[in-house]
Amino acid sequence: MSPAANPAAATGARIRRVLAQARFEALATLRHGEQLLLSILLPVIILIGLSTTGLLDARGLLDRMGDPAEAPVALVLPGVLAVCVVSTAFTGQAIATGFDRRYGVLRHLATTPLGRSGLVQGKLLAVLAVLVVQTLVMGLVAAALGWRPSLPMLLPGALMLLLGTAAFLALGLLVAGTLRAEATLAGANLLWVLFLAGGGLLVEHTGAWGAVTAALPPGALGQGMRAALLEGRLDLAAALVLVLWAAAAYLATVRWFRWS
Amino acid sequence: MPSAAVLTLDGVHKSFGPVQALAGISLSASPGSILALLGPNGAGKSTTIALAVGLLRPDAGTVRAFGADPVAQAAATSPRTGVMLQDGGLPMGSRPMEVLRHLSRLYPRTRDIDEFAERLGITAFAGRTVRRLSGGERQRVALAAALVGEPELVFLDEPTAGMDPQARLAVWEVVEELRARGTAIVLTTHTIDDAERLADDVVIVDHGTVIARGTPGALVGAEIHGEPVRRLRLELAQRPEPVLQEALEALAARHGHELRISGATVTLTGKVSTTAVHELTGAVIQHGSEVTALALEQRTLEDVFLDLTGRSLR
Repeated sequence: MSPAANPAAATGARIRRVLAQARFEALATLRHGEQLLLSILLPVIILIGLSTTGLLDARGLLDRMGDPAEAPVALVLPGVLAVCVVSTAFTGQAIATGFDRRYGVLRHLATTPLGRSGLVQGKLLAVLAVLVVQTLVMGLVAAALGWRPSLPMLLPGALMLLLGTAAFLALGLLVAGTLRAEATLAGANLLWVLFLAGGGLLVEHTGAWGAVTAALPPGALGQGMRAALLEGRLDLAAALVLVLWAAAAYLATVRWFRWS
Repeated sequence: MPSAAVLTLDGVHKSFGPVQALAGISLSASPGSILALLGPNGAGKSTTIALAVGLLRPDAGTVRAFGADPVAQAAATSPRTGVMLQDGGLPMGSRPMEVLRHLSRLYPRTRDIDEFAERLGITAFAGRTVRRLSGGERQRVALAAALVGEPELVFLDEPTAGMDPQARLAVWEVVEELRARGTAIVLTTHTIDDAERLADDVVIVDHGTVIARGTPGALVGAEIHGEPVRRLRLELAQRPEPVLQEALEALAARHGHELRISGATVTLTGKVSTTAVHELTGAVIQHGSEVTALALEQRTLEDVFLDLTGRSLR
């Protein structure tokens, strides 16, 4: 019986194709020097730097972020994991997809049995696979610096990572599918820096700027990650912000994404 | 008797904003045959392929591959279709064999990649990433990528662009072998050699419409009183004087030939007889000029296109 006449076989074949695409993209990311710098090396540097140099303490940020008795790395890790999401789901995917679009890779894959939806699903799985690697590496480095994970933080932390991935991947694809590859490269890198510098990823802002960042994806993700890993709770407001941004970016991507 | 068409486009229109790319294209491709879409850049060839493989929807008209709509029923058409796009479609950071192995996992059937890569000379540069390959090398990988799933219908968009003569021969061999195995091949090109060497049928496209179709032989051998059209080209020592030009025009008119004079090159097209050759060269000498080179040739598809549109293919 052919796969077309056998829905179960057709579904199995489809899943295998999506997994093959995810494997190909994840390996390409992990072998690419600049992507590795963005996805692993810079987050590790930020994690070690902020946990050991007293930079946060000097700015009085540790007091604002949590229990001063806790190891600084515990306060830094949530933000660094948020940075990992932005690096892989947004900046990395936007640049890779933008150049794949320019070189006709998206068009070619769309003509294969993988199809357009399979390609997007493969990208999502690839991002999640890289995120698992990033989380393990950051967790190990953090543990070496004195961080001790606890069970209650795992579920809300994983959920926030998933919501952040959905929102930032949709935003990354929107940028990649609407701008030229060079503009995507410049814009995605610039936004990565801006999100880190003042977007609320690493530290929570106060006042009017704090309210603005809490309504934006980087601020919501950073806030949600801190609530999960420091307090073991799901920040519903932050989760809602990410869901709304993911939905809006997804709809905009479906509407405006250009495959060539 | 020809096999049933595996691809049909019927009255297809496609516009991009105010620009009409296709204005009622109709064509078909059958198993075991090569259809060449010939036309200059911007004629609508790549748009035709994009519609045929389901990358675009037609504004009007129908597109069917294996009897199915390639957009709405892609699951039925894409496993049986191979596509080599003009822009290559290869991920720049990967090595050729990684790309081919990956693509083979996306198709239900696959050919022996190592053997195929060896045959197309890909193994010679398999260690480099696509980014570091020359244009011709990338074309070879893109061709392999189109054929990795053993397709029954193949679209090749400018398959030999940028290739050296040896690589081009290898591609021709592969394409001829595909035809022998019963694959339907649609080839778009503005390279006359490809079309004349490979095609069973040629469709000449310009401004989004089909302006001529037929076998290459029928198109280039368009007859005058049952005789094939030929072309006489004379290179003169210098540009002909007005008096000589008038004499040549009178001779051409008398024999029913078409005359073109470009600089010192005189071209006569039609049922060129030896008498006409003698009279023409005699007129040149009689008017004090000199023939430095002479060639009597069959017409090419390039000439056909020139005759139909008044423009060159390139």
